[in-house]
Amino acid sequence: MFTTKSGEKIFIVDGHVTLWDGSDENCKNRYGEEFIKCFYDYHKLSPQEYIWPYKKYQKYTEEDFEQDIFQNGYVDVAIFNPQYLGDFYYNGFSNISRNEAFRKKHPDRVITNGYWDPRNEEAGLKQLEKDFQRHNWSGLKLYTAEWKGDSKGWKLTDPWSYRYLEKSQELGLKNIHVHKGPTIRPLNKDAFDVADVDEVASMFPDLNFIVEHCGIPRLSDFTFIAAQEPNVYAGLAVVIALIHTRPRYFSEIMSELLFWVGPDRILFGSDYALWQPKWIIERFIDFELPEDLAAETGQITLEAKKKILGENAARLYNIDIPGRKKSAAPAESQTPEPAGTAASVA
Amino acid sequence: MICTNRKEEVWSALNSVTDPEIDESVVSLEFVTDLRVDSQSRVEIDFHLPTYWCAPNFAFLMASDMRDAVAALGWVTEVSVKLADHFSADLINRGVALRQDFRDAFPGETDDDLSSVRQKFLGKAFERRQELLLRHLLAHGRTPEWIRSAQLSGLMELQLDPEGISLRNLYLFMMRRINPGASPESLVFVTVDGSPLDSGDFKGYLRHIAGVRRTAEFNGIFCRSLLGERVKRMQES
Repeated sequence: MFTTKSGEKIFIVDGHVTLWDGSDENCKNRYGEEFIKCFYDYHKLSPQEYIWPYKKYQKYTEEDFEQDIFQNGYVDVAIFNPQYLGDFYYNGFSNISRNEAFRKKHPDRVITNGYWDPRNEEAGLKQLEKDFQRHNWSGLKLYTAEWKGDSKGWKLTDPWSYRYLEKSQELGLKNIHVHKGPTIRPLNKDAFDVADVDEVASMFPDLNFIVEHCGIPRLSDFTFIAAQEPNVYAGLAVVIALIHTRPRYFSEIMSELLFWVGPDRILFGSDYALWQPKWIIERFIDFELPEDLAAETGQITLEAKKKILGENAARLYNIDIPGRKKSAAPAESQTPEPAGTAASVA
Repeated sequence: MICTNRKEEVWSALNSVTDPEIDESVVSLEFVTDLRVDSQSRVEIDFHLPTYWCAPNFAFLMASDMRDAVAALGWVTEVSVKLADHFSADLINRGVALRQDFRDAFPGETDDDLSSVRQKFLGKAFERRQELLLRHLLAHGRTPEWIRSAQLSGLMELQLDPEGISLRNLYLFMMRRINPGASPESLVFVTVDGSPLDSGDFKGYLRHIAGVRRTAEFNGIFCRSLLGERVKRMQES
């Protein structure tokens, strides 16, 4: 929970976190090495004091996660959106068994999403049912640029993908996080294209499509689609990291998103361990649109920030914020608060 | 002496080659790392990209455009373009050297000849440049009515400050690529499909093209940051 200067408590859901293993031991080949190195370059968009040594960045511990997310990072609930990358890493870049073990340790604070790959066809559909049961998945993260043998990617509109989307709906996996952002090999056709999201969002109106990274580098195409499809959401991971190095550009993008997508369909995500939620949230709470942009879209309100930082994700994942605040209150009230900031909220 | 001038000519030819997603020159983005001209007038160009994973279709477009822009200099006998530190560098370098189609350079992996992607990004560059010019004109007293009815000749005759002149040149360069048949009487500000601008929703149209311009700028920021970090990292190791 984040406490504002006026003492208001804001419930935080981090919509995009990972426990990854990019260690040398886990790398199968040069692709695995280059993948984590490229991630490390993104990490450098962080404020200086939050930059890790490369070795730690390759593989950090569960304790690092608990400290950076729960203790220092204000996060009440963290959503795991795993990336398998089986062609690059022996045990996967993320590992769903490790995620589930961690969730068991923090059942109220961790939500685990899973994944499927339509190229596994019939066998994969059966596996999905098993995985869903065994790993307590609440949603899915789909990575259409994943390599698999000779195939260098797939589209949401592929016939087998439709079968998997139908199965997901049947199992109640309603929240589909789609990685549409910087990717590893958008070769066949134009894999950055966000048009496949448009089509499946219309075909599956009961599913929610959270477009991670807002379709970068096709941000304007994404906002165009999201404006038309009520079940398409913007996942802020990556985009929000610019709040530190390039605040003006973050403002421009935020005003675009507020205008086209609106504050009810934008979800915060730190993309930990690419970036830490602590500094992002602190800056976002203080963030204001510059005058020229505010004149176009209106100023961003605290109400909008609360939606983006937690309420929207809570709605999608059935998290009871008032209940959670109530049950957290006794424990938190034991910590002394600075005079004049308490009481007003409860 | 001759070599120095020739190198400058090559740099200036490369300056006209853009990254399609950003609509900025491969030189100003610092993608080109080195170039050499030998005594037989052969040119070698080295370039790199912000990540090991940058989209091969765009890398291929840029490499072929560099080859063609330099080959167009009359004295050049041979051009070789070498992409470094990229997962498909070998296929791209080979394909560009053999003047292959993208489909043949990546056999079995794509059925795309890149013409549609190229066309799409010319359209985005057109909108981006139009937005920059329109914003400038509106800030300097031109009305939406003037803009909607302006002819090519009218824009050419307009007295502008140096910034305006530069924005006009950038826009007209792209406009002529999109619409090579434009005459002096043609409407100079039209949509990417060639339709006149809608009087009812001029503001909405501006908002749309502003989104395109911001997206390109945003991509430019990411590419510059990532390339900067990558260069530092490689120098350290």
